[in-house]
Amino acid sequence: MELSFSKKNKTVIIMVSGEIDHHTSKELRWQTESAYIDMSVKNIIFHFENVTFMDSSGIGMLIGRYKQLQSIGGKISVVSANEKITEIMQFSGLSKLIPLFDTIEDAFSYTEGREHHAV
Amino acid sequence: MQYENEARVLFTSKSENERFARVFIAGFLTPLDLTISEMTEIKTAVSEAVTNAIIHGYEEKRGNVELFCAYRENKVYIEIADSGSGIENITLAREPLYTSKPEMERSGMGFTIMETFMDQIHIQSEEGKGTRIFMEKTFTKE
Ligand SMILES: Nc1ncnc2c1ncn2[C@@H]1O[C@H](COP(=O)(O)OP(=O)(O)OP(=O)(O)O)[C@@H](O)[C@H]1O
Ligand SMILES: [Mg+2]
Repeated sequence: MELSFSKKNKTVIIMVSGEIDHHTSKELRWQTESAYIDMSVKNIIFHFENVTFMDSSGIGMLIGRYKQLQSIGGKISVVSANEKITEIMQFSGLSKLIPLFDTIEDAFSYTEGREHHAV
Repeated sequence: MQYENEARVLFTSKSENERFARVFIAGFLTPLDLTISEMTEIKTAVSEAVTNAIIHGYEEKRGNVELFCAYRENKVYIEIADSGSGIENITLAREPLYTSKPEMERSGMGFTIMETFMDQIHIQSEEGKGTRIFMEKTFTKE
């Protein structure tokens, strides 16, 4: 798994490449938490275009971040998840908490609190 | 039952091996020409059961995880077993969102994912002895 971080306004965009499972989700969690603090942002966008696999460990990691951000009014969204990951996020109910978007612009409008067009 | 092809592997309950289990199953099933969707569903179900063996069965202590896979006609058969703690209440464990480890950021969706992505799942478990998960999936054949 490879990660890269960028900041726009009050949002950190985390580009994830590779597979998210129990083994890799630990690193994804702590790297996300430290980037969130270091960059002093409010919201998170996970860019999943290059994520080839995700199981329930990814769901747990995302819900964990959702809970942390919810307590301080931050928003979190996922962009460009593949078909299976989208399916998992939908039937687990996760996409109701963390909306899925096709484009980074729509994800950004949502997290920054402008109009939103969830998938 | 006489399978057309079968394979069995035993590996240490280390989280690195979750990926190994997915690569192993994908490699074994390659001759079947599954759709990407079918292959991903099987890999995800295997990943869930193997992760459960490591996290819950052995509570991240060292043990062996067994993965058996086979196929015959248009059906794939998979078994994942550990000799760990066993499951106290199988009915409860299968419920969506039930997890015994919420503090570890588990969501309780593992069995639900296995049930959604596979046609059949059967759980055999005895407290203190271990757990064996049986799964089956019919695939489309042109
Ligand atoms: N191999 C196993 N050995 C012992 N207990 C198990 C095993 N597999 C599952 N369990 C029990 O069943 C519960 C439900 O499993 P399930 O995979 O659905 O959720 P989870 O592993 O807790 O969370 P998630 O899979 O979403 O990360 C677990 O919390 C655990 O208590
Ligand atoms: Mg699980």
